[in-house]
Order: sequence, then C-alpha cells, then structure tokens
Amino acid sequence: MEDRRKGRRPVTVPTAPARPRPPGPGRPKGATAPSSPAALAAAHGLIVSGARPSLTRYIAALWGRRHFVTAYATARMHATYSTARLGQLWHLATPLLNAAVYYFIFGVVMNASHNVPDYVPFLLTGIFVWDFIGSSVNAGTRAIHGNLGLVRALHFPRASLPLSTVIQLFQQLLVTMGTLVVLLLALGQTPGPSWLLAFPTLLLTAVFCAGCALVMARIGSKSPDVSQLMPFVLRTWMYSSGVMWSIDKVLKRDDLPHWVALALKANPAAVYIDLMRFSLIDSFTARSLPHHVWPLAIGWALLAGVGGFLYFWKAEEEYGRG
Amino acid sequence: MADPTVIADDVHVVYKVHAGGRKGGATAALGRLLSRRPGPGVREVHAVRGVSFTAYRGEAIGLIGTNGSGKSTLLKAIAGLQPVTRGRVYSQGRPSLLGVNAALMNDLSGERNVILGGLAMGMSRGQIRERYQGIVDFSGINEKGDFVSLPMRTYSSGMGARLRFSIAAAKDHDVLMIDEALATGDAAFQRRSQERVEELRERAGTVFLVSHGIATVRATCDRAIWLESGVLRMDGPAAEVCDAYEAFTRRA
Ligand SMILES: Nc1ncnc2c1ncn2[C@@H]1O[C@H](COP(=O)(O)OP(=O)(O)O)[C@@H](O)[C@H]1O
Ligand SMILES: [Mg+2]
Repeated sequence: MEDRRKGRRPVTVPTAPARPRPPGPGRPKGATAPSSPAALAAAHGLIVSGARPSLTRYIAALWGRRHFVTAYATARMHATYSTARLGQLWHLATPLLNAAVYYFIFGVVMNASHNVPDYVPFLLTGIFVWDFIGSSVNAGTRAIHGNLGLVRALHFPRASLPLSTVIQLFQQLLVTMGTLVVLLLALGQTPGPSWLLAFPTLLLTAVFCAGCALVMARIGSKSPDVSQLMPFVLRTWMYSSGVMWSIDKVLKRDDLPHWVALALKANPAAVYIDLMRFSLIDSFTARSLPHHVWPLAIGWALLAGVGGFLYFWKAEEEYGRG
Repeated sequence: MADPTVIADDVHVVYKVHAGGRKGGATAALGRLLSRRPGPGVREVHAVRGVSFTAYRGEAIGLIGTNGSGKSTLLKAIAGLQPVTRGRVYSQGRPSLLGVNAALMNDLSGERNVILGGLAMGMSRGQIRERYQGIVDFSGINEKGDFVSLPMRTYSSGMGARLRFSIAAAKDHDVLMIDEALATGDAAFQRRSQERVEELRERAGTVFLVSHGIATVRATCDRAIWLESGVLRMDGPAAEVCDAYEAFTRRA
C-alpha cells in the first residue's frame, strides 16, 4: 500500500469541462484486474451510493434502530415543554384547557350538548383521540423537513423519524386517556368489559396515525409548503369528524345526501373516536356506531399503515437532498 | 492491491435553482402546489463536471480548491445525499458526511444528542455508555462549565460543530467525510481532531477532508484532489498537489 501511494505520479488533467472518457475497448480486459469502474466496484462489493435498500433490508435496518426510535420519542417528549416553568405538567394541562374552551363554545354557547348524554366525557374522548390523529399528521409533515441537520449528518432508516414522532404522541395520548379514565370513574361510570375494547382501538388508531405520518413526512419533505396548508386541512377534518358534536344526532335530524352521511360515518377519525366512546361511555351505545365499524377500523389502519410505509420507503434515498 | 472504498466514475452534478421568490401565504403555497410546473426562473448550475477517481482503504484524502469549486457538492454526491446528474458513485458501506452547518437536534441537550447520535449510527446503549465520557471530553465543550446539559441551540457554532465531530468520530466508519469541520475548533481541538483522523484511517477506513487551511491538508492527508470550477485539476500526493494549488492561488 505504501508503495502504491509513494509511487503514484500526480495526474494533471486539462481544464476542459467534458473530460474524454478513457477508451473502453482499447484497454486490456484481464480476469484479475477489472477494467471498468463498474467491474472494479462489483469485484470489491461496492454499491451505488445513495441507492434505496430492498424492503426486507429496510425493515431489518429499522428494527436495528428501534432503540433510537424510542429514545428519540422520549427525548422529544421531554424537550417539548423544556422552556416552560411548569414543565411536563403541560402535557396534561394543554389538552384539558383545550377541552374547557371547546366545552364553553360548543357545549354552552352553541348547545351541541343538547341530546348528547354524558357530554363531558363525550367531548374529552373526542378531543384526546383527535389530538393524537391531528398532531400525528401535523408533526409527520415536519418529521423529515424539520430534521434535515440530522438526516444530512448521519445514516439511518429515515422512517425512524416519523415513527418516533407518532410514538411520542402516543405516549402523550396514554397520559391523557389515563386522566380521562380517572375522570370517568369520578363521574360515576362503572368499568365494564367494554372498557377492554379501548386497547384494540388504541392500537388501530396508532397504526393509522403512523401510516398518515409516514405519508405526510414524504410529502412534506418534497414540498415544505404543505406544512403551511396543514392547519386549514386539519381544522376542516376536525370539524367534520364529530369531535364536539354527535354525527349520529345530526344525521338523524337533517336530510343530508346519502353520500355525505356515508363519508361522515366512514371518516377514519370519526370511526376511531366513536369506537373509543363506545368502549368507555355507557350511554354511547352500539346504535350510534356506523355499520361494519370494526372492518372499517381495521381496513383504515391496514391501508394507512402498509400503504404509508411502502410510500415512504419508495423515496428513502431522496430524503435530505436538494 | 488495496481495497477501493469509493469509486467516482465521471460524476456530474447539476443544481436546478429556482430563482423566483419562495415566500408567501397559504394561497401562494396552494398555487405553487397546484401548478406543478417549474417557474420561468429555473437556472442550472453545473457544479461538478466529470470527476473520476478511486479512493482506497487507509487513505486520507484532502479536497482543495477555491470557494465554489464544488468540493461540498462532490462530498454530498459521494454520501448519496445529492443525486448525480450523470455518472456513478460506488462506495463501501455508507459514507458519513460531517458538515459544520447543521446541529443535530437543537432543542435537545448535548448529552441527549450524544446518546441519540450514537443510537442513530447504530451503536448499542452499552457502547454509548462506554464511550460517552470520551466523546464529551474529546469535544471539549465541558471545559468552560457544564454545557453538555444545555440545549444545543445555546452553543456557539464552533461548539456545535465540535460535538458533532466527536459524536460521528466515536464510531469507526468505512468512509468518513469532513467538510471544514476541523477548521472551526481552536488549536487544541484541531490537534486532537488530526489525531482522531489518523486513528480512523489506521482502522482501515477512508477519510475525506475539505479544509480552507492548506496546512491542515498537508498535515492530515497523504493524498489530495484539487477541484477547480467543478473540474478535477490534479490528483496525487498531498504535498505536490498543495504546492501546485498554492502556486496557482498566488498567481491568481
Ligand atoms: N443547493 C445549491 N443550489 C444551487 N447551487 C448550489 C447549491 N450548492 C452549491 N451550489 C453551487 O455549486 C457550486 C459549487 O458549490 P460548493 O460545492 O458549495 O463549492 P465549495 O464547497 O467548493 O465551496 C457553486 O457555484 C455554488 O453556487
Ligand atoms: Mg464548501
């Protein structure tokens, strides 16, 4: 090696913009010394820089970084309110303050609570689950674009970033749902077997959110302008998901076109919110749920989860460029 | 024959620059999204023009050239972070690129960044615990008080760059590329970094180094590549290429 380095003469190349390629056929093609760069690369196991790994290798690499994914989620959770005096208490205070505002505007002023029994738990469940879905979409949009420093500095499967964002939000959801359960007990609801349905509901919601975050992460990395539009999209989505009003009651009263009713009831956010209400609130019965609610919930989760993962992976080699 | 770690085969990189304004509200954003055509102000910058070379295991290669000659662009192309317009780059493993500009995660403390950076590079928690003190000591950010527990946004750009270098250098890379990171530290940090580059190279990796300081290249590298206006002017032993480059800059 030393000989090679010392013995090499400096090569001075003329400054012409397009340097002529070395003639291929004129060079000796020995079996031991590969002649073209491609052959030399193949002989030593070099791969094209920045090529996308296969799906199975990608999943394996992601699994290998699972500690990074969870550590990043926890770190972000701690960093969120690190500048606030009350610190981690805001993870609880923020959603509760939100709920108080919505209760005042929708429950008291606009009287959406009319005909909705147990309006407070109804509203809280809606807000907490929606917060998770909406924040996942919103944070997913910035998961890659907001972390370009990290993406450009180190190599790791990029899906780690949106996924750990969703895990962080999921941890937050667990905190707020825990509070909700305490509140429900204080309000006199009796825990029944239906409360166990909260677990599969949480799981399906999380898979759905992870898929959405992956899709939005890719879109947001290509067109950062999208994050300017997200507040409008999310507000529209929230108001049509029955977070603070009952879709069921509105559909009974009004003569809405059939497709609108169908769209309102099949909306994944509404499906997950209503399933959570069904499992926790006694007065929210199966009659208020859309037909085929479990197939719908599973279908949305699989569509978003699998589709979102594939969609994100397809552009793996492009994140951080440009 | 030694193992090649990076093969650049006639690499061209062309930037497409959108010269139009990119500010505006939601409606302007919507307009841009809907009309997906590139505006009238798209210009092309041919930053790297047909560069070919082969880097071998155990080499420390300095990239030199005047400002805007395409050094950073070439490193990004080798790292796979910038698509090549023509040609190919082959590499061993995943080349890691260290730049001075971006910090890792600004809102998190230096301590968390060390742990997260290590985990992101695929180190285990045990390995990180083992090397944690070494990384912090090496970066020297704790020399003037307990800075490692403060968020990285409170660091000076030199401190951020030093911590990033220390984190990335804690792992053995097949190919490590350093873009002017060494120039930011003080003299003591520069000396430590040179020793670390030497170590990395001895552990059978390849190190690329972009530096404004020709002295750094002379001291750290055994081979140098000189780029001028995106064209490879000269490739050879560091001393000879640096001499030629210095003669060139004196004339200009
Ligand atoms: N992101 C970019 N978009 C458009 N042009 C760029 C971009 N980055 C660099 N360039 C142009 O490419 C050329 C090479 O830049 P660079 O690789 O940064 O040079 P160096 O690192 O040698 O100073 C310059 O003309 C620069 O203006
Ligand atoms: Mg540069």
